[in-house]
Amino acid sequence: MNTTINESTTNASETTAGSAGGFKNVSTKPEKSLIFELSKPGRVAYSLPPLDVPEVPASELIPASMLREIPAQLPEVYEVDVIRHYTELSRRNFGVDNGFYPLGSCTMKYNPKINEDTARFAGFAKIHPYQPEESIQGALELLYTLQNDLAALTGMDQVTLQPAAGAHGEWTGLMMIRAYHESRGETRTKVIVPDSSHGTNPASATVAGFETITIKSDERGMVDLDALRAAVGSDTAALMLTNPSTLGLFEEQIVEIAEIIHEAGGLLYYDGANSNAIMGITRPGDMGFDVVHLNLHKTMSTPHGGGGPGAGPVGVKAKLIPFLPKPIVAQREDGTYYFDYDRPQSIGRVKAYYGNFGILVRAYTYIRTYGPEGLRRVSECAVLNANYMMARLAPHYEIPYPGVCKHEFVMSGRGLKAYGVRTLDVAKRLLDFGYHPPTIYFPLNVEECIMIEPTETESKETLDGFIDTMIRIAEEARTNPEIVLNAPYDTVVRRLDETTAARKPVLNCACS
Amino acid sequence: MANLHRYIPMTEQDQAEMLATIGVSSTEELFRDIPEAIRYKGTMPMSSALDEFSLLEHMKELAGRNADTDRYKSFLGAGIYDHHLPVVINHMISRSEFYTAYTPYQPEISQGELQAIFEFQSYICELTGMKVANASMYDGVTALSEAGALAAGATKRKQLVVSRAVHPEARQALLTMAHGLNLEIVEVGCANGVTDLDALRAAVTTDTAAVLVQSPNFFGAVEDLAAIELIIHGAKGLFVVSANPMALGLLETPGKLGADICVGDAQPLGISQSLGGPTCGFFAVAEPLMRRMPGRIVGQTTDIDGKRGFVLTLQAREQHIRREKATSNICSNQALLALCASIYLSTMGKQGLIDAANLNLQKAHYAANELKKRGFELPFGSPFFNEFVVKLPEGVSVKETNLKLLESGFLGGYDLGIAYPELAGHMLIAVTEKRTRTEIDSFASRLGEVVA
Repeated sequence: MNTTINESTTNASETTAGSAGGFKNVSTKPEKSLIFELSKPGRVAYSLPPLDVPEVPASELIPASMLREIPAQLPEVYEVDVIRHYTELSRRNFGVDNGFYPLGSCTMKYNPKINEDTARFAGFAKIHPYQPEESIQGALELLYTLQNDLAALTGMDQVTLQPAAGAHGEWTGLMMIRAYHESRGETRTKVIVPDSSHGTNPASATVAGFETITIKSDERGMVDLDALRAAVGSDTAALMLTNPSTLGLFEEQIVEIAEIIHEAGGLLYYDGANSNAIMGITRPGDMGFDVVHLNLHKTMSTPHGGGGPGAGPVGVKAKLIPFLPKPIVAQREDGTYYFDYDRPQSIGRVKAYYGNFGILVRAYTYIRTYGPEGLRRVSECAVLNANYMMARLAPHYEIPYPGVCKHEFVMSGRGLKAYGVRTLDVAKRLLDFGYHPPTIYFPLNVEECIMIEPTETESKETLDGFIDTMIRIAEEARTNPEIVLNAPYDTVVRRLDETTAARKPVLNCACS
Repeated sequence: MANLHRYIPMTEQDQAEMLATIGVSSTEELFRDIPEAIRYKGTMPMSSALDEFSLLEHMKELAGRNADTDRYKSFLGAGIYDHHLPVVINHMISRSEFYTAYTPYQPEISQGELQAIFEFQSYICELTGMKVANASMYDGVTALSEAGALAAGATKRKQLVVSRAVHPEARQALLTMAHGLNLEIVEVGCANGVTDLDALRAAVTTDTAAVLVQSPNFFGAVEDLAAIELIIHGAKGLFVVSANPMALGLLETPGKLGADICVGDAQPLGISQSLGGPTCGFFAVAEPLMRRMPGRIVGQTTDIDGKRGFVLTLQAREQHIRREKATSNICSNQALLALCASIYLSTMGKQGLIDAANLNLQKAHYAANELKKRGFELPFGSPFFNEFVVKLPEGVSVKETNLKLLESGFLGGYDLGIAYPELAGHMLIAVTEKRTRTEIDSFASRLGEVVA
């Protein structure tokens, strides 16, 4: 299985990890061919229906000048090539099903298999967005119910399912906030974000036409109320807040923060990336937030897909309902469902059709495996797991914000800098032990940051195994930092030259 | 044990041990930082839990109330098409190493996804004739909005000229985006089912950041991209083309015809309809615009042993580095759907894509002729790919017609009156490779009977 040539071992990662010998090892794991490199003229992998109508030359149907002169140079392979190629690519990839994936702020929980099955039912996967509403009542009922379930979960009055991702939800929410202020004849140009916020927050504010004001966190990792008061004014459109924050801390002064913003005439935006900590325990609506997005690919277990598709539904309080994107799904008195387009104050459309329906089916399936009590248990266990990890790791890594954390926590790797080891090296060393590393170097306000989110679907044994490994790596850093600095050893490629990749970009195979 | 659930491993013993390690006596204490006033008491009023079997039954019941294309013959397109999905696609995207992974932040253990994206970028460049492509966008509609934003930023101009033959939902999303960025949108009308070039010439000025067109356009017609290119480049604006990737098996590439940005939706390439989402937008540009692209980009490099490998690159454009100065707020892409498209193109190969496109072309033209034979008027004479417009007899409602077709096992075409009041009573009909001659014949006959 392992083909790493190492002076001291050629066995599994554990033994490689144990070696303190030379590190000029060269993995013999072969380079993987590109699909284009497998091409051999004359091979086919397709089987298409017959042409059972009289054929007319394409050039008689479309002017020759509009027809392609040179065919697209796609590979010519047969079906087994396709299967082996993508199977091999999959083996070069690490997902939640491969092992522990404590990537902070990403909520890499188990992706239930029933979700995959239900989303593939023909009645969900093989329906068209413009079919008569009469012919998709089951889909509409699902969407309507999910809107209501997510409203109940967040303490909001109405939900749009249209946004495709968290960042897309942020922008949608900010556009509604802008429309709300404009409807009141007010021009408010500033959006306030804390320095620990996700990069999407200020980026979304820009795309929505706002300027961003970044305020510092206080020494406890909370919003600095004095800084907030100083930043707030008649030009404040909104404050965007993640609560619990990206530091994994619950913003204890949230009620005061909401008062400060609301008194100034601004609105409160809840970045729901960290909702896995609070389901059934507290709700953004009850905290004073006016707009919320949820990342269904985080909290609601829909798979991350290697970087998408996600879904970022947005919930709003009553005063913002008129501005929701259109359409939303509504129910008639006779019990039937329809797309409601009659929304004159809507910000308009933010995506084609009705959102990432296939993801919404998965999220709904997930909700129904738990129900409201079960979802509360999800959050309790996610928070318990995170606190347990923090407690066990505290003697070995610096915990900048002690106390209780929520579903995730941050550590600093700066204590290892004395040995020449950085957080990046710790992350790379974890690869040898079969773990996906935590999020690193985020949030930006913690030096050498390591951000760990275990989720509720991991067992104590898994957590202990990871913790023991982290402790071991800290020990290695102190006693034999070379081991850590040269990691990883056991991967199909080792540290990659990212500088050259960016300076001299090679972004496709330039096959033709 | 009421707390047990198949996705949660926490036993009472685990909980007791973990609480002891933390040094608290209950999970409640872990939430002591949440002010009492905002604690949620009670049970959230939402859907209840079901056991696995009952949940499957419930989902089957909901799914069963939808008319799916396994049971109904679809002549409906308008942006989402009922193409055959090669069976290998679902097998490969169901490998959980792909679908349970996140964005490839750790390249050493994400080479599979990174290479898949690199190959996707290569495929998109090959199809579109553009120099560089990104890892994908949410869908074709949002990709077009992003193209408009890019053009405005690159040209420092505030006006976007968009053809009314662009998908109505794309234009609606563009309007929403334009409001956010304070851009002006000018719409140009159509003649004979394609962009009115005289009107376009009149609309384009030195304030125009870009002209945005779609080809084949929303009516299925192929636009004269070469002519449009001259108009917008004459004003030193950018040329943005939204393309149907399957049609690019036959049609000349936007790259060759001078497009600066080519976007589109990869749904025709092996992605299920799923009520319109998730699909996958693609985004490709001419080289000078490379560092202005939104979204993830994968690049080829080498590792310390000299081996070829792939990494996320040009990240200095992105929100997690640049925050408010990023080229876009997009974070994730649609990686799993981009994978669908790549597997589709790998399966089709050089000849298969041409054959698939040709089947669409031939069958759609056969259907158009069959309808003409039955007395239907096809109002536009412009060349088309796999979709065309039919005018129903005066006073006949497309909506009512479609309900009757549904009873006969057909999903009828899109009601153009919804988005184009002047085209009330017109139906946009799509014919893919899946439709047999027999199905086309009986659809044409049934449509004739229904409107009679």
